[in-house]
Amino acid sequence: MAETIATVGSTVGLHARPAALLAEAAADYDLEITIALEGEPAEDALDAASVLSLMGLGAEYGQKVVLRAEGDGADEALANLKQLIETDHDAEG
Amino acid sequence: MSAEFPGIGVVPGRVIAPALSMPETVAAPVAKPAPADTEAEANRIREASAAVHAELRERAETVNGDARDVLRATALMAKDPTLVKTAIKRLSETDAETAIWTVAAETAAQLEKLGGYMAERAADVLDVRARLVAHLRGVQAPGIPHSQEPFVLIAADLAPADTATLDPALVLGLVCEEGGPQSHTAILARALGIPAVVAATGVRDIPDHTPVFVDGGSGILRTEPGATETGLVEAWTETAGRLQSFTGPCLLSDGTRIPLRANVGDGAQARAAAAAGAEGVGLLRTEFCFLDRDTEPSVEEQAEAYGQVFAAFDDHKVVVRTLDAGADKPLPFLTDSDEPNPALGVRGFRTSRRAQGVLERQLEAIALAASKHAVTVHVMAPMIATADEARQFSELVHAAGLPTAGVMVEVPSAALQAATILEEVEFASIGTNDLTQYVMASDRMLGGLAELSDSWQPAVLQLIGMAAAQGAAAEKSVGVCGEAAADPALAVVLVGLGVTSLSMAPRALPAVAEVLSGVSPNRAQQIARSALAARSPSEAKAAVRAELPILDELGL
Repeated sequence: MAETIATVGSTVGLHARPAALLAEAAADYDLEITIALEGEPAEDALDAASVLSLMGLGAEYGQKVVLRAEGDGADEALANLKQLIETDHDAEG
Repeated sequence: MSAEFPGIGVVPGRVIAPALSMPETVAAPVAKPAPADTEAEANRIREASAAVHAELRERAETVNGDARDVLRATALMAKDPTLVKTAIKRLSETDAETAIWTVAAETAAQLEKLGGYMAERAADVLDVRARLVAHLRGVQAPGIPHSQEPFVLIAADLAPADTATLDPALVLGLVCEEGGPQSHTAILARALGIPAVVAATGVRDIPDHTPVFVDGGSGILRTEPGATETGLVEAWTETAGRLQSFTGPCLLSDGTRIPLRANVGDGAQARAAAAAGAEGVGLLRTEFCFLDRDTEPSVEEQAEAYGQVFAAFDDHKVVVRTLDAGADKPLPFLTDSDEPNPALGVRGFRTSRRAQGVLERQLEAIALAASKHAVTVHVMAPMIATADEARQFSELVHAAGLPTAGVMVEVPSAALQAATILEEVEFASIGTNDLTQYVMASDRMLGGLAELSDSWQPAVLQLIGMAAAQGAAAEKSVGVCGEAAADPALAVVLVGLGVTSLSMAPRALPAVAEVLSGVSPNRAQQIARSALAARSPSEAKAAVRAELPILDELGL
């Protein structure tokens, strides 16, 4: 099981556009990728490809989230998603 | 056979085009037992999910900016893996339609509970749900109908979610069976400049593709239009040219000046208002700096935002309204979302009782921005009810080094006590939307109360007249900044009641200026008396229109 911690970089939190971008990116991998707030038990983790789950997660700016995945290419996928989460998408316009 | 459907005209303009009705809303499914072939039913869900996703995705590409982001996120919801998987699991108990319906309802309820931005997304989830179920049933998707040809849109009332996809190049007119002058439909149509009629009973029975004539000035729809209607449309097209532009100042027929200002919400709107000829800003809504924020913006950040508005006008006046949070505009760091009655709760100026310093810092930011620009900056507080509150506000404004403090008159007590309030401040500005809501005790957003939530209500006009008269006695200005000021007929009444300036959506400036230029102060007073003597909004409006034939000539 690969695991990485990312800090939410969008000032609006993981809502709206940032959530949509993350869900789209996670859906592109042929992997089950989960997301949870740091400190939450792994069995409560949500599907990172689900925009509804991401919105329900309610991760705010500066909060840490845990990404988990298993299988071929998991490390690379998590590294890419971590970068996506840590970018401030609102600053881009 | 030609048939006529009278309603309330909310945006002037005349058009002839075929009618198209909004599809029926998708009704809740009747739960059926679990299907025999679960896998086949699961595939129907997957197929509906893919189809609705593709359709919303395609529509997202036809719009820009925020509307595109919203539609893209909505498209993603349609193929949301958690939603689809949970619904498929439920097929061991029930059919596909019921599974989607209940799972989406639970998801929407969860988002609703989170409040703020998430609660708004709950409506999107329900929209997606309706689309998925419509697809499963094989019926037309809800929402604005697709057409290659321009048409007149007929609806019960529009939901805010419909508005993102409304294309003014295709929707030439808008006629609703429900709604009122302040409903979402009316506000949207006004912003887009689409001729619109609301509260037109029976229009939804008109078959699709029937040619119709719509007059958003007099408020009627007529089917099977002929030469008369074609002539009316031509006359409108000619006079509309006259109503395209406004270059101030706005003068009554005897030369009395009534400044026409604009209501704006940010720098971009202020620049558009200046381009439209507005004689300054009569209402700068400062909420734009604060909405969707969990914490208060810094003084510097606020000053920068206000400065953008000030920069749009050189020597005119800009009236800044301090933060109006609460009720329909909650802010996590200022308002309490658990109030049983938010419209009567801690909102507007009242929030300064709870959150020390927010108002002081906002005034500091306004003063900082004002010091860098040539405009005359006035500041006013929303939701003032008493002279004591007016004094408290005035002291804060002067302590911040700003010279001119005023108040909004929205609470009936402020209109009744305008004389004592105006001993504390330099001016008053009547917010007709909220004043109407409070005088008539009717929620302005409830379509079912449209005839109460009408600023033409004689009681509302009476109260405006009382406030204006007290202002005149104190030699202080009393303006109006609300939807009422944008209605040319009502603008004449307001001036007749003694209102000294008007502030409105920039689009309304040319028509209001044109109609005001034809009346003298005495004539406006006579017309105002006719309105006050009426027993109902419709009687008041009819009496005023009868005295202002120019409205029909101009198709207003």
